[in-house]
Amino acid sequence: MNTSTFKGGIHLPGYKEGTQGLPIVLAGIPDKIYLPVSQHIGAPCVPLVQVGDEVKKGQKIAEGKGFVTAPIHASVSGKVVAIEKKQHPGGNFVNCIVIENDYKEEWADTVKPNSHPEELSAEEIRKIIFEAGIVGLGGATFPAHVKLAPVEGKKADYILLNGVECEPYITADHRLMLEKPERIVAGLRYILKSTGCEQGIIAIEENKPDAIALFQKMLAKEKNIRVQALKEKYPQGSEKHLIYACTQREVPVGGLPLDAGVVVHNVGTAAAIADAVEEGIPLIQRIVTLSGDGVNKPTNYLVRLGTLFSSLIEESGGYSGDVEKIIAGGLMMGKTVFTAEIPVIKGSSGIVVLKKTGKEKEREYSCVRCAKCVDACPLFLEPTTLVKLAKRRLWEEAEQNNALSCIECGSCVFVCPARIPLVQYIRRAKQEIGALKAKAKSAGGKK
Amino acid sequence: MMNTQENLLIVTSSPHIHSANSVSLTMRDVLIALSPALLASLYFFRFAAVKVILTCVVAAIVSEIIAQKIMQREVTIDDGSAIVTGLLLAFCLPPTLPLWIAAIGSAVAIIIGKQLFGGLGNNIFNPALIGRAFLVASWPVAMTTWISPLDGVTTATPLGLLKEGVTQGLPTLNQLFLGNVGGCLGETSALALILGGLYLLYKGHIDWRIPFSYLGTVFVLTAITGTLNGEGSWYPLYHFLGGGLMLGAFFMATDWVTTPITKQGRIIFGLGCGLLTVIIRLMGGYPEGVCYSILLMNLVTPLIDRYTKARVFGGVKKHA
Repeated sequence: MNTSTFKGGIHLPGYKEGTQGLPIVLAGIPDKIYLPVSQHIGAPCVPLVQVGDEVKKGQKIAEGKGFVTAPIHASVSGKVVAIEKKQHPGGNFVNCIVIENDYKEEWADTVKPNSHPEELSAEEIRKIIFEAGIVGLGGATFPAHVKLAPVEGKKADYILLNGVECEPYITADHRLMLEKPERIVAGLRYILKSTGCEQGIIAIEENKPDAIALFQKMLAKEKNIRVQALKEKYPQGSEKHLIYACTQREVPVGGLPLDAGVVVHNVGTAAAIADAVEEGIPLIQRIVTLSGDGVNKPTNYLVRLGTLFSSLIEESGGYSGDVEKIIAGGLMMGKTVFTAEIPVIKGSSGIVVLKKTGKEKEREYSCVRCAKCVDACPLFLEPTTLVKLAKRRLWEEAEQNNALSCIECGSCVFVCPARIPLVQYIRRAKQEIGALKAKAKSAGGKK
Repeated sequence: MMNTQENLLIVTSSPHIHSANSVSLTMRDVLIALSPALLASLYFFRFAAVKVILTCVVAAIVSEIIAQKIMQREVTIDDGSAIVTGLLLAFCLPPTLPLWIAAIGSAVAIIIGKQLFGGLGNNIFNPALIGRAFLVASWPVAMTTWISPLDGVTTATPLGLLKEGVTQGLPTLNQLFLGNVGGCLGETSALALILGGLYLLYKGHIDWRIPFSYLGTVFVLTAITGTLNGEGSWYPLYHFLGGGLMLGAFFMATDWVTTPITKQGRIIFGLGCGLLTVIIRLMGGYPEGVCYSILLMNLVTPLIDRYTKARVFGGVKKHA
């Protein structure tokens, strides 16, 4: 297989055997749905409904102001019983619209199929995508329509679909590619049309040979869409590294993929776009891999947004023993949550439940300058140097050493023999640099 | 049931998975890599080797405990680094060295070379080489009295003979390769050291850039001077195998703490070590230059790191 990749990075255990062969299962639809008003990057939404309102499936129940936002739709029909603060997979407390399911599954009248989707203009497609509340389903949750909007003086040469899924345990995109490849390709066509771009690439890591073969067969006669096999390496799914692996182009520091002439969407996002454009269905469900050694039956679920982690865990036969961590997302970049009573949101690609290891936490040594972090960093940073600067609170020096370029992939921490939580320090440095910049800006404004 | 479990959930910063890498595992691998040379030294120098090696290792461990207790730091002998330092120091000492001198060497290596700088990770110089340099300066005669292996007769090292201009009756290249010559305990057998070095390369603990650029530079420079002086093809090989070069190139110049963290920097480091070694050997007062060349390059490591910073992904190379 002709594979390409990026420089740096690490090799991880996959832990995908448990779920990669399991078909997607419809998860039980719960009695109550909890929809946070912020499930995307950008302005949070404001509820359009009040407690006591009846809502239908697919009805828009919250929307935000401005361009970088994504509306939220009811994922069941029923009654709004509360709007209250609830724990969010991101770790904070966020306003949630709580809907009591009436199990009538009635669609809102705004949801109707497009009889002639092929006749839609680029602008109409973008409007549909915006109205459907579609965000990056790989986990970044950046509103999809923003990436598709034309930018003066910049043109996309390629639309890249990200089917890499390099996080251990997670197989949601893999299953989607095997079970609904035609939806992904259809979505890609709408994306191409809405951006006026001619070339599409579907990028898949070589650990999913079945998906690669399937798309190669499907696209054998296509001239403008091709499959790109990629080496199995972490973080291959990072947007910048995916672009480099597929096109040998680098996104400039502080720039957007479009600056390299590329727009990247997740394969799941493409499928959701096809559903929205053809069927008029907004984003109300997603595929979630529930896995890890702490859960009895690891499963790929098709889940209504707002379903609690706990109800999925229960459906999977509960915990397999004493559980230590529940991770919203993957092992490398996911966030640990302190309760399972939190809802699946648009960005929830996986839930990993880990059993107690019984091992003591290893001692953190001082850095021994082995430079394994330097070799692993896919941004060519010196993580150890950044940590030393952060420990001395030298934020400006950290910025000069490109701290802001860090994508927090965790490769440096994975390889560090001294067990230093490098990303934690670098994250702190990034926050402080951001605060300094904001301060400088406001001081400049006062003058 | 669910609630009791939830109370016990742990919240940590990502990532939530770690490789098996650890400092103590690495030190264990370094000890494994040093074992062929250890066996060779025991074979060639017998009880003399046992005494010096044990003295150095025990003195290193005791010095580390005492220093850390006095400085009120956590005692970290379990990371294995003191054992490695003691062993490496012993490897670059003559077999006949009085044991009390060897013990002082270990104490200097650990206390002055390492703990005074802040302990493992913060030292500027290779601790074992600091110990050796201190001993060479303090007891020059004891540090340059050599015996030939197995029979224990007083002799000179191959490079010492070369320095004196001796051309007849030099040990053969074969002897140098296997280690059946006079010299420091652990550096006589090039074969044993190469085996250990290859193990470290295979395990990914050292970067090939340093030993290759170091050895390559020495080889090329001695080949050139050898040709200019009308020596045969044995001459560069003699420099290659005859002294502490293999021990230095694979085990001292690759020390994580005291060498550059950038890839380009490691090549410069190796080149510098090679150049200084050849200059000291051919033009300096000593027959051997590995120890000082590495110490001198340790000194410029921060500078090398500063001027060889990689270009950030998506950025243009900045000139510092």
